[in-house]
Amino acid sequence: MNRHGDPSDPVFQVRDLTKIYVMGEVSVEALRGVDLDLYPGELVVLLGPSGSGKSTLLNILGGLDSPTSGRVISAGRDLTQVGERALTEFRRQIVGFVFQFYNLIPSLTARENVAIVTEIAEDPMSPEEALGLVGLSQRLDHFPAQLSGGEQQRVAIARAVAKRPRVLLCDEPTGALDSATGVIVLEVLERVNRELGTTTAVITHNAAIAAMADRVIRMSDGRIQSVSDNPVRLAPSEIHW
Amino acid sequence: MSVLVRKLRRETWRMRGQVLAIAVVIAGGVATLVMSLATLDSLTLTRAAFYRDYRFADVFASLKRAPEGLREAVEAIPGVQRAETRVVAAVNLDIPGFTDPASGLLVALPEGANAGLNRLYLREGRLPEPGRDQETVVSQAFADAHAFRPGDRLGAIINGRLQRLEIVGIALSPEFIYQIKPGDLFPDFARYGVLWMNREPLANGYGMDGAFNDLVLTLTRDARVRDVIERLDLLLEPHGGLGAIERRDQLSDRYLGAELEQLAGMAKFIPATFLGVAAFLLNMVLSRLIGAQRDQIAILKAFGYGSWAVGWHYVQWVLVIILLGLILGLAAGLWFGLLMAELYRGFFHFPYLTFSPRPQVISLAVLATLGAGLAGTLSAVRRAVRLPPAEAMRPEPPPNYRATLVERLGLQRFLDQPTRMVLRNIERRPLKALLSVLGIAMACGILMVGRFQEGALDYLIQVQYGLAQRDDLTLTFVEPTSRRAILELAAHPGVDWAEPVRQVAVRLIRGQASYRTAIQGLESESRLRRILDDRLQVRPLPPEGLVLSDHLAAVLGAGPGDSLRVEVLEGRRERLEIPVVGIVREFTGVAAYMDLAALNRALGEGDSVTGALLALVPGARDAVVAELKRAPRVAGVTDRMTAIQSFTDSMTEIVLSFAFISTLLAGSIAFGVVYNNARILLTERDRELATLRVLGFSLAEITYILVAELALLTAAAIPPGFLIGLGLIAAIVGGLDSELYRIPMIIEPNVLAFSATVILVSALLSGLLVARRLRHLDLVAVLKTRE
Repeated sequence: MNRHGDPSDPVFQVRDLTKIYVMGEVSVEALRGVDLDLYPGELVVLLGPSGSGKSTLLNILGGLDSPTSGRVISAGRDLTQVGERALTEFRRQIVGFVFQFYNLIPSLTARENVAIVTEIAEDPMSPEEALGLVGLSQRLDHFPAQLSGGEQQRVAIARAVAKRPRVLLCDEPTGALDSATGVIVLEVLERVNRELGTTTAVITHNAAIAAMADRVIRMSDGRIQSVSDNPVRLAPSEIHW
Repeated sequence: MSVLVRKLRRETWRMRGQVLAIAVVIAGGVATLVMSLATLDSLTLTRAAFYRDYRFADVFASLKRAPEGLREAVEAIPGVQRAETRVVAAVNLDIPGFTDPASGLLVALPEGANAGLNRLYLREGRLPEPGRDQETVVSQAFADAHAFRPGDRLGAIINGRLQRLEIVGIALSPEFIYQIKPGDLFPDFARYGVLWMNREPLANGYGMDGAFNDLVLTLTRDARVRDVIERLDLLLEPHGGLGAIERRDQLSDRYLGAELEQLAGMAKFIPATFLGVAAFLLNMVLSRLIGAQRDQIAILKAFGYGSWAVGWHYVQWVLVIILLGLILGLAAGLWFGLLMAELYRGFFHFPYLTFSPRPQVISLAVLATLGAGLAGTLSAVRRAVRLPPAEAMRPEPPPNYRATLVERLGLQRFLDQPTRMVLRNIERRPLKALLSVLGIAMACGILMVGRFQEGALDYLIQVQYGLAQRDDLTLTFVEPTSRRAILELAAHPGVDWAEPVRQVAVRLIRGQASYRTAIQGLESESRLRRILDDRLQVRPLPPEGLVLSDHLAAVLGAGPGDSLRVEVLEGRRERLEIPVVGIVREFTGVAAYMDLAALNRALGEGDSVTGALLALVPGARDAVVAELKRAPRVAGVTDRMTAIQSFTDSMTEIVLSFAFISTLLAGSIAFGVVYNNARILLTERDRELATLRVLGFSLAEITYILVAELALLTAAAIPPGFLIGLGLIAAIVGGLDSELYRIPMIIEPNVLAFSATVILVSALLSGLLVARRLRHLDLVAVLKTRE
């Protein structure tokens, strides 16, 4: 197993997590009692079909959403019990997000989209360094509309890692990209995980990606079906879909 | 510079059209407020300064004749600071090259000097020199009407003798700011002038050597006006005193006060409405604009920005817009205010203009706008920030669409799919649709406010001078005369019809309320001055009792059946009790009418008349007027048509300027509202419309969906807009009642047509602007992004 740090001190401890959405007249049970630990430095892939609850889980881990019941413990605090101010602080210092649709701010350049995070973080790298890490040193002053989808996603990754987060949460980071571009994005994620030791959780419904993980967690119907360890992590360049 | 500031700058620039449209809405409200209050302030300040600098008197008294020695007794009345005696006389004038009858008021100046009270402000020339009996100074309005310059000459019939006078100066006086002939409704500068002369020649002409017939006083600060007047009246009564009046009853001040009061009514109500509408729209537009940014707010939150930071970001954005609107509005308001104040200065003949809007005016505008803008912003930001970011980044939950009312009624087979979408969109968010309709309706309503006055004034003149007062000439005799004079007039070949008038100055009293006016004695079946009821039907004068105009009835709180105490202010000074027998609807003046015979019986004066109403044979006017000018018994001739003409000429500029400016401002508010509505609609629908394009809808079809919704909302807004306009106008009309005139609640169809047209054109233009944007919808982005 390729775990960095002490296994008894997980970055996240999730216990009996449930989430019920009430959308209009329908209520959807997105999570039905999830237990999960994430350890320092590992790269985890959460695999599951759409509607399996993996995005909901990730959003709750990142403090973007609150569960209906259960506990999420990180850095010694139960995220389900803390107030808005503490959640904001948690998002500002501990986690970085990568979304499927990049969610860059269209009116800001690549550099500025990263700067928007580094301006409020405690010990960030410079936007240039972060963009260098994802191979975009030549595109610093381009606006999102002037970048390809893969480039936009790499800006989003640079934005997520620039604050040196302890955890990187990626929701379908290659979902909107073709295979070749997707591999480049995965290589960036792998490099960040390896070089910075950032715990990385990647959500995907693409089973091929599971091969690059330390651990693979399979979800369906709001529950964890299985957890398996990969004896060897494949390099992204060896992955095809 | 912080990245968020850069985001702010770029997004403001990107949305510049919409930002400008919102700023224009704010500017419209602010400009109206600043314009009205600045105009009012500067006129009030100017009046106060002119009164103070030129020592406008506090109390005025006219009498028949009193020895100069009485002045000491007057000055001994407690509270009197200074008294100045004068000789004042009404004269007929003979103006070279001017055929119409003109009359004037001669006012004596101390020999070779300016008056101590009611001092003259010389615009041109000089005062009469001591011993120069032929020299005169004339009022500026009168001089302007005849293009008089110092050195010009005119004739005055002083005590029956024509005297040649030389104009040596042109002046303004605080006593005649509103220069109007007593008894007239409108000023007529060409036919009525004020002339100042040395006292000596006037006193000689009118037998006032060592005597006076007019008195003006200033009072000490702590004086009680009513007490002073009471004692003064006692003192003057043996000398034919007509009852002293205080400043606010003085003709010029009363009319000026009424004008300023009307202006104050406008200055409060219209801008409050405009600013209120602008604030409401600002609130609505901003909260929807920020609602459309909820995913961006969520992203900022996901990165760890706190609610305050996000809120502050949007507050800054709104501040930029508000600031832009305020700058535009303040600049436009001050400029328009100065223009309007200058117009009024000319109208009132103020010697100068003190234009210094109070800081309160500006802070009021700033606070009202900030309050409205920030309230809208904060509530929207708070709503967006309250959502967990994950939820905010998701599109809003699919709304509960239902079959619309139209469909439930089974009419859908008449509707195509896009039309059904339009209807469902509206019916799904009834509140949002309602707010849009309300916003457009308010814009429609304030457009009516800017326009209705012109038509209402036309109507007023039509009723008053088309239906009620139908004489060509009104004559006033030098003194009450036998009725035979009317027969002589009627016999003149140029006169088609002649009727007598008996006018008597009175004070009408009921309980605590009293009012100085004149009772007009008319023949009961008078053809030339007709009494109209509230449906404009002609009513004969009852054989006994008083008929009051509705305004006078309201002032006195009197109705039919009540009895009034009537103090006659001339002749034998009778004290009478006369019952009120009717109320008539009148838009101008404060009149009381009575049957001529009944009035004469009450006065115990037999068959006397004080004037005549004449209808002339077509083409005979000039000949009749020329003859009347030579008739010694005729003190004055008023020509109805020319009086109306001169009034409308002078009022038109002001009314039209005001109407033009407020229409301009209301129009910009209206366009801002409609355009913002269209843009918000686009923001809320662009993803949906792009998806439809992807599914194979044509550009025309999606344009239809957007534009049809806009058109429906606009059409729905016009009828309630008319109602809002009616309500606003009713409130304004109620606030504008004065003794000068009451604006009738008349809204001509063209006012409705105009405001509806402006709204429709705004909608059309906005529709075109927005439709142009639909061409550039990014279809690929829709395929790629969520939903």
